[in-house]
Amino acid sequence: MKPTDLYIQHFERFEREAAGQHPGWVFPTRKAGLARFAELGFPTLKDEDWRFTNISAITQLPFRPVLEPVATSLSPGDLSKFAFASLDAQRLVFVDGHFNAPLSSPLEESNGARVTTLSMALARHGSALERNLARYAPGENNAFAALNTAYFTDGAFIQLDDQSRLPRPVHLLFVSTGQTAGDASHPRNLILLGANSQATILEQFVSLGSAPCLTNSVTEMVMGDGAHLEHLKLQDQAAASFHVATLQVQLSRSSDLISHSFAFGGRIARQHIGTTLGGQGIECVLNGLYVADGEQLIDHHMVVDHAQPHCNSHEYYNGLLAGHSRGVFHGRIIVRKYAQKTDAKQTNKNLLLSDDATADTKPQLEIYADDVKCTHGATIGQLNPDSIFYLRARGISKEMAKRMLIHGFAGEIIDRIRSAPVRAELDELVWQRLESHQPARLGS
Amino acid sequence: MTTQPILEIKDLVAGVEGREILKGISLTVNPGEVHAVMGPNGSGKSTLAAILAGREGYDIRSGTATFHGKDLLDLDPEVRAREGLFLAFQYPIEIPGVNSTYFLRAAVNEVRKHKGLPEFDAVDFLAVVKEKIKLLELDEALLKRPVNAGFSGGEKKRNEIFQMAMLEPSLAILDETDSGLDIDALRIVAEGINRLKSPTNAQLVITHYQRLLNYVVPDFVHVLMGGRIVRSGGRELALELEEKGYDWLAKLEAVAA
Repeated sequence: MKPTDLYIQHFERFEREAAGQHPGWVFPTRKAGLARFAELGFPTLKDEDWRFTNISAITQLPFRPVLEPVATSLSPGDLSKFAFASLDAQRLVFVDGHFNAPLSSPLEESNGARVTTLSMALARHGSALERNLARYAPGENNAFAALNTAYFTDGAFIQLDDQSRLPRPVHLLFVSTGQTAGDASHPRNLILLGANSQATILEQFVSLGSAPCLTNSVTEMVMGDGAHLEHLKLQDQAAASFHVATLQVQLSRSSDLISHSFAFGGRIARQHIGTTLGGQGIECVLNGLYVADGEQLIDHHMVVDHAQPHCNSHEYYNGLLAGHSRGVFHGRIIVRKYAQKTDAKQTNKNLLLSDDATADTKPQLEIYADDVKCTHGATIGQLNPDSIFYLRARGISKEMAKRMLIHGFAGEIIDRIRSAPVRAELDELVWQRLESHQPARLGS
Repeated sequence: MTTQPILEIKDLVAGVEGREILKGISLTVNPGEVHAVMGPNGSGKSTLAAILAGREGYDIRSGTATFHGKDLLDLDPEVRAREGLFLAFQYPIEIPGVNSTYFLRAAVNEVRKHKGLPEFDAVDFLAVVKEKIKLLELDEALLKRPVNAGFSGGEKKRNEIFQMAMLEPSLAILDETDSGLDIDALRIVAEGINRLKSPTNAQLVITHYQRLLNYVVPDFVHVLMGGRIVRSGGRELALELEEKGYDWLAKLEAVAA
């Protein structure tokens, strides 16, 4: 019996039980996702894109999709220990992939902006969703995204009209209760930003329990002409859990995106980020930090597709790897034939803090235009001894110097967060997280 | 009662990876003195600076170096700095992600702690910074950046001297501080060094050219060639070298040998 079989068998029952909850067009979309999932199967080490990432631990989990909201007695107090708990934001909380209204801010549909759940949006705003849902990340070449297309439960729907601005950041908090091994949730978000609109959107993934559970999320975003978005994802799930996520963004002319990824949790965490630069004059910054220890594997797979001329893209990814952990970074940049005057840059730096930590980094540049600037740099190494000496020569102890450099390495990424309160919160979180690692792990 | 020398080096022999670079250096620096160490490339000047500051990777074969009477070569680099030894780097390194102000305050406070002085809080620290940064004509805004990040060559060298002003060392080792500086930057750096001179501290100016020594006037000049101090003299020696070149001295030494 193949690992995919249970998912396929269960789907008919899922379809029957959920019939009537969604508009008619949703099920063909789900079915197509399932069919594609069945065709692709779960990836193995033989798949080029997965050759560094062994997911047999995920495929061997018991099959337990959480398709109904779990009765939960969670109170706001239970969430106060997580980052961003007191950020002034519009907060939507999802527990195991299902919306939890009491823990969330009231949903708003003000002039120009809709911040609501995907379920509610499907019930009321059919046409915008029909044109966009699962259009950009159906999972054509991505089994997990295809599985999400089949089995998604709920998530956020954010829509901004032209010229409108979200007055506060939107904070999407996805909580995995993590009680039973194999519990799997499939949250899905759809974000549509009109021309010249502006938003700050946070996605945060946390765990309450420590059982090995799977979160398989997909976020699709469309940015209209001149739209400005700061997007930040914080993945801080339990060390034994599994997190697979896909972010796909379609950018239009003159839009400006900065998307941050902070990945700290999960035994296996895999993040796909795909950006399609579909207009001229786009600015796209992908900025990320991954911190892994123990037996963790944190994997980022990026695709930046320069489909039009005169766009700038910049990827900055730093990895801090201790224990027996592994960091994987695969950065693909495609510059299409007519995408002249493209300026694309990619930098991936990995700091190995133990002898057993490993990093795999693979830049992949496919350039079909002839008037472009495309640079990439990857480093895997230890703390720079010249930097350590400089600090010691000024009176700072060797241990303190190493800590400063490690914090500095993370700080380079955090410093790029534009929203001051968000940056301050992440600064504090990362500081504490790094300090709590025992000195032996921080590369003495 | 004679005052104790700040630095006393006796017959120091040192090298790296089996190669001997310093072949018996002896040098005494007393409070209030400026010593210049000049020499052609490869003579061992930077090795001397690195060994005094405590950089790893060199092996000391024989000889001693004491700092305020203590065995210098036995001390960790950070302890040497806290004891009052300062090295102005020839190539100051950029340290991305480490904020300049944060770094400098940590350094200043380590030195103060070691001396038994109260540590500066953020407010007091900034007051001292404001006062001393003017000395080097540096923009305060530079201190909001990571250490040396995006600083021009001249700014980096001025930043070294600014750090010196903040740390108040008893011995400042200036490793080719003049290299890469234009006339204006040279003047500012030299004025900074001169302003920081006192009867109780000393400077060891390591340089290839005599240019800086027009502004920072040495009391003693030592010429280092092939790992040895081949001649010592007053400031006229520097002028003579400028005029006649290192070859002149090399030939004299060869004849004498």
